[in-house]
Amino acid sequence: MSGVKGSVTPPPAVPPNVLFEALLRLGDDRLVLGHRVSQWCGHGPILEEDIALANIALDLVGQATMLLHLAGEVEGAGRDEDALAYFRDEIHFRNCLLVEQPNGDFGVTIVRQFLFDVYSVVMFDALARSAHPELAAIAAKALKEVKYHLRHSGDWLLKLGDGTIESHDRVQRALNTLWRFTPELFAADDIDRAALAAGIGPDLSAMQAQWISIVRDVVERATLAMPPDVPLRAGRTARQGAHSEHLGHMLAEMQIVARSHPGAQW
Amino acid sequence: MVAPPRTALPTRDEVWAILDTVMDPEVPVLSVRDLGIVRAVDIDAAGAVTVTVTPTYSGCPAILVIEQDIADAIVAAGITPVQVKTTFSPPWTTDWITPDARARLKAYGIAPPGRAESGGLVQLMRARPAVQCPYCDSFETEVRSEFGTTACKSLCWCRSCRQPFEEFKAI
Repeated sequence: MSGVKGSVTPPPAVPPNVLFEALLRLGDDRLVLGHRVSQWCGHGPILEEDIALANIALDLVGQATMLLHLAGEVEGAGRDEDALAYFRDEIHFRNCLLVEQPNGDFGVTIVRQFLFDVYSVVMFDALARSAHPELAAIAAKALKEVKYHLRHSGDWLLKLGDGTIESHDRVQRALNTLWRFTPELFAADDIDRAALAAGIGPDLSAMQAQWISIVRDVVERATLAMPPDVPLRAGRTARQGAHSEHLGHMLAEMQIVARSHPGAQW
Repeated sequence: MVAPPRTALPTRDEVWAILDTVMDPEVPVLSVRDLGIVRAVDIDAAGAVTVTVTPTYSGCPAILVIEQDIADAIVAAGITPVQVKTTFSPPWTTDWITPDARARLKAYGIAPPGRAESGGLVQLMRARPAVQCPYCDSFETEVRSEFGTTACKSLCWCRSCRQPFEEFKAI
């Protein structure tokens, strides 16, 4: 049955390493952002927002669990979602740079979330039609959740951008600062091209066009200015293991308990 | 309490009836069957039961408890072996919550979900239909937060009876 744990049926012509890498990229984005957002728990600007961010973090970690579980099955080396989350080092993480950036103020967190939520919505919308049945099932489920997240982050962007001078300036600054991490979201490499050719992954250039048009619409309605285009940073991307200095610190905090007490149960 | 071993093979109706008694740990007036999360009950020729469930939200912390409660309830009725499997497709929707269960939700003080929207990818500043207060039935209510105390609920406020209440999110 489609989507049932333990019944992986990769369509023919997908090299297992391509599928594994593609799933790690999807899973790690959500794991890392989920952990970042969870750091707001107890620190939200108002109680309702504290609860909202904790809920969003929970959804993201849940999505990561499904994706990394499937990645572990595809890999076939006996690693489950916990092994992949807690016992890989920084260079083996495949998330993008955007999600590992520190939370900053509430404006930075909302802008990071908004840019990622739009990316997630167009990504899962495409992946819901993936030729890989388990991945398509996870995407269709996650799409419902990320549409809800986008409503939250998009509404906040409108409120803050079209709010006070202070709130407007802060989210504009956040947008300008985080914009340089966005070309990486759509930089296709051999893994992306192989996944697209096999019908399991999205067409990143088509996704980029869809992404930019949604982002521009909301940014302009929020009375903010679109930042100027920036080129993709040269060299390896974070998807190939070249991360910013922030990921290692975050992982140290996220992984310490599991590594200090391997196999602990409570 | 574990029932004595049985000789007759279990039937699907019997298992479904047991599932009526397994309550959601977070919303104890709803059974797992009311929620629509049980997608299939299969029994093989040897009498082994497989229950297929789908999670409400990907990150719902109750899912493992629910799976364990389902297995425990069936075993307690003397039916073994039991396996609980997870499926993600088709994705869960609150439209699967039965009318009777909606009435019980309201009586419990939780506004039942409206119809799930399947529309566009971007739904900002949406004009959503007013939620009816589960206490005084007024539509003079407002959503205070799209996210509530559990993954499946949002926080609302009734201007008529001046009470906070929760709404089951339509998804």
